[in-house]
Amino acid sequence: MQVTIDNITIEVPEGTTILQAARMIGGDVVPPAMCYFSKLKGSGGKCRTCLVRVAKSSEKDPRPMPKLVASCSTPVQHGMVVENSTSQEVLDTRKSIVEFLLINHPLDCPVCDQAGECDLQNLSYEHGIEATRYEEGRREFPQIDIGENIKLHMNRCILCYRCVYAINQLTDGRVHGVLYRGDASEISTFIKNSVDNEFSGNVIDVCPVGALTDRTFRFKSRVWFLKPMDAHRDCPTCSGKTVLWMHGNEIYRVTSRKDQYAEVEEFICNECRFEKKDVNDWVVEGPRKIDKKSVISANHYEMLKKAAVINPVKKVIVKESEK
Amino acid sequence: MSQNIIPHHLFGKEGKEVRFSAETLEKVNKIISRYPEGQKKSALLPVLHIAQEELGGHLSVDVQDYVASLLGIQPIEVYEVATFYTQYYLEKVGKYVIEVCRTGPCAICGGEDITDYLSEKLNIKDGETTADGLFTLRTVECLGACGYAPVMQINTEFYEFLTKEKIDKAIEELRQKANLDKPKESKWVEKF
Amino acid sequence: MGRKILTDKIVIPGINTFEVYKNNGGYAAATKALKQMTPSEVTEEVKKSGLRGRGGAGFPTGMKWSFLDRTTPGPRYLVCNADESEPGTFKDRYLIEKIPHLLVEGLIISSFALGAETTYVYVRGEFKTQIGILSKAIREAYENGFLGKNILGTSYNLDIYVHSGAGAYICGEETALLESLEGKRGNPRLKPPFPAVKGLYGRPTVVNNVETLAAVVPIINIGGDEYAKIGIGKSTGTKLISACGNINNPGVYEIELGLPVETFLNSPEYCGGVKGGKSLKAIVPGGSSVPILPANLILKTAAGENRLITYESLSDGGFVSGSMLGSGGFIVYDENQCIVRNTWNFTRFYHHESCGQCSPCREGTGWMEKVLHRLEHGEGRHKDIDLLVSVAKRIEGNTICPLGDAAAWPVAAAIRHFRHEFEYHVENPEIVKNHKHAPVPLKEMEKV
Repeated sequence: MQVTIDNITIEVPEGTTILQAARMIGGDVVPPAMCYFSKLKGSGGKCRTCLVRVAKSSEKDPRPMPKLVASCSTPVQHGMVVENSTSQEVLDTRKSIVEFLLINHPLDCPVCDQAGECDLQNLSYEHGIEATRYEEGRREFPQIDIGENIKLHMNRCILCYRCVYAINQLTDGRVHGVLYRGDASEISTFIKNSVDNEFSGNVIDVCPVGALTDRTFRFKSRVWFLKPMDAHRDCPTCSGKTVLWMHGNEIYRVTSRKDQYAEVEEFICNECRFEKKDVNDWVVEGPRKIDKKSVISANHYEMLKKAAVINPVKKVIVKESEK
Repeated sequence: MSQNIIPHHLFGKEGKEVRFSAETLEKVNKIISRYPEGQKKSALLPVLHIAQEELGGHLSVDVQDYVASLLGIQPIEVYEVATFYTQYYLEKVGKYVIEVCRTGPCAICGGEDITDYLSEKLNIKDGETTADGLFTLRTVECLGACGYAPVMQINTEFYEFLTKEKIDKAIEELRQKANLDKPKESKWVEKF
Repeated sequence: MGRKILTDKIVIPGINTFEVYKNNGGYAAATKALKQMTPSEVTEEVKKSGLRGRGGAGFPTGMKWSFLDRTTPGPRYLVCNADESEPGTFKDRYLIEKIPHLLVEGLIISSFALGAETTYVYVRGEFKTQIGILSKAIREAYENGFLGKNILGTSYNLDIYVHSGAGAYICGEETALLESLEGKRGNPRLKPPFPAVKGLYGRPTVVNNVETLAAVVPIINIGGDEYAKIGIGKSTGTKLISACGNINNPGVYEIELGLPVETFLNSPEYCGGVKGGKSLKAIVPGGSSVPILPANLILKTAAGENRLITYESLSDGGFVSGSMLGSGGFIVYDENQCIVRNTWNFTRFYHHESCGQCSPCREGTGWMEKVLHRLEHGEGRHKDIDLLVSVAKRIEGNTICPLGDAAAWPVAAAIRHFRHEFEYHVENPEIVKNHKHAPVPLKEMEKV
């Protein structure tokens, strides 16, 4: 079937969503997605950053859809006409969504390990407004410990549910989930427990923000000072295809390989991720090409001062316990 | 005003053995049988109601884990649900939980005064329990009885067109009732 | 006197029992439907009746039924939405309590029409008494051969189960209700797919409100055409209006759609006027989610016509000067009520009830509540008023389910019609700070 997005027409198989169709075209036509993750069944629809305007529902029913729709979860109809970057309404709404996602975000990029490869940071850079209008107190969750390798910073979470889907679909025996409701919703284990399973580390890679980070990499280095290298090893558990984040000959951390939409290409096991930090464990293939959209590769980080929302005026104090 | 600090904390298992009586278990199985094969989880909300009523008045971790085992689901699936719905109590509550409606239609008919009066009378704030363990006071959102405003619900009973006098009477009656060693009500079939 | 077809028998002593209900013409419609009609004939009558969903959205019931996927083999479900929690609405509670067999009979006919052999009634958890009453009525229906296998000697089998919710307004949204019925958190589902195609347990499902299903009984009794003669235009039949707030006779009233708002408000047969001889300030005509209208606009439309209780008349003027019939929760405010306080109160409700799944609602409801709290407590600034309008606008239409709209509309409407009161709050912090219950004098605010 045929769909036209931002005046570009493409043929797609039945069942394709608007977002998938847009990714087939590529470039500016692709709406940003904070919660949708193609490899996690059931994900999407929640963050609302990928809302687009359907100017024509289908060949059969040429009426526009009454509201903006989540492109990640709306299937394409034959003859559908979609507006993403060509619609001012879509762009304005996206700004609103970014504002909503940031009002309770701690804006602690200076002490966040995700800085430089954070989807929320990238999103605010591209779609955010200059300054926030939010002047109320930001919510704070008491810190909880979910195990030795994974650090949870609930204050940074945007409730995309990806980590819940990931654990559900990659492991059996989920012990964490979304608890409570509304803006008090929280990723938690409810009781003292560790998110621990040979594939649990993948929650770090699917997390779009700095809510779930790698404890073994905690405060070791800013990502933009590291050199990402494609590498592999013969792993009995996973594909063993990873990216090593190196400084000189030292491996600072190991992650899965991500595509241009920050989606994991192949999930990796915890042994590869947390335990193989010696370069001799790996066959290094060569430098990893990080997509141009990334803040790291485009030196965006230095330009970020422009966006006041992610350059907090307040001094961020790192608590003793967090050091 | 909503608080900026979200008052969540991790709960601990007490490690107490909890289980339903054979009679209750039979009823639970009957509830499970209302749902199709493979949909045992559907019984979660009704079974949690029964568990709360019969196993200590609130849903301790032990109780929630027990319900998970009965329904063949992961404990986290119970925690996710128990924390979502306001009728499940995660912490110990008084014998009588007084829930006063705070939403618009009650509020414009004097609902706020009712809460204040109860708070003063029982000398507890919203969310607290009296020292004798008899009463817990909670303000809740709309109870769906706006035409009888102001209203409150104590356990399963509704109290309507509230006045200070009616509150005095209700509290007094409950104090009396608590002193009697009343046989346990078991009207659960019709209640859940 | 309006015609009553739902509540006409409520005054009969013992009508909550099977025997009395049956002796007074009860279960005649169920018998007629099962023995003399085909499921599609029943659906046809409902279509002809023009009945619209009484839960709030007002979607034509017959059309909703016709969307049900009847071709996929396997079970289909009817789910009755008795999760009544829209502030200002308490009609379903009343119906279940007073005449539970009317609902049971409606469920039997509707399930038959839809080809559902298992039907669940999702009742809000707080209604324990009503759950007891309904469960008893269902048991009686089983005992008398109206439920179970081979009902009335036909080949039709039906089981009805009552399912208790546990305290969550969002579960009144039909897909959240289905999630909850499956034992999950009440997070609304993304649509499409709609429940008619993929609903409970992934099966084709229709979700209808209590009053809607009850109305099917008189429709079968008198015929769809006859039902459609009641009311005005596309607002056919009767509607239960839950009247509350500052009036003399709060309660549930069955009216013929088309009754003037002014008659409903002032007639001793209905609300009996504003309590204590005070003057009317405003009315929320359809439950807390619909726009509030000041006295002049609720009694007459902007064009000066009498405002009638119909879907069309109440929404006349759009959101500029109109509101909605919604669920029929009629909340009356007298001259002493503070609109800012009420708006904050409602926003606190939506903030508390947001499921938290999608970002505009999760973050936006809390943001609005915080700003409204400041305004109400004398800490507001002029720019806060426009900020609220802007935040409400940014939530509206951008969320997974209608709760976002329901949270945004009351705020937008309150500021649209009572901006002077918000400004008064900004300009008189010392006065508003101390008015916990006693409202700011109305006259004072109007001077602003």
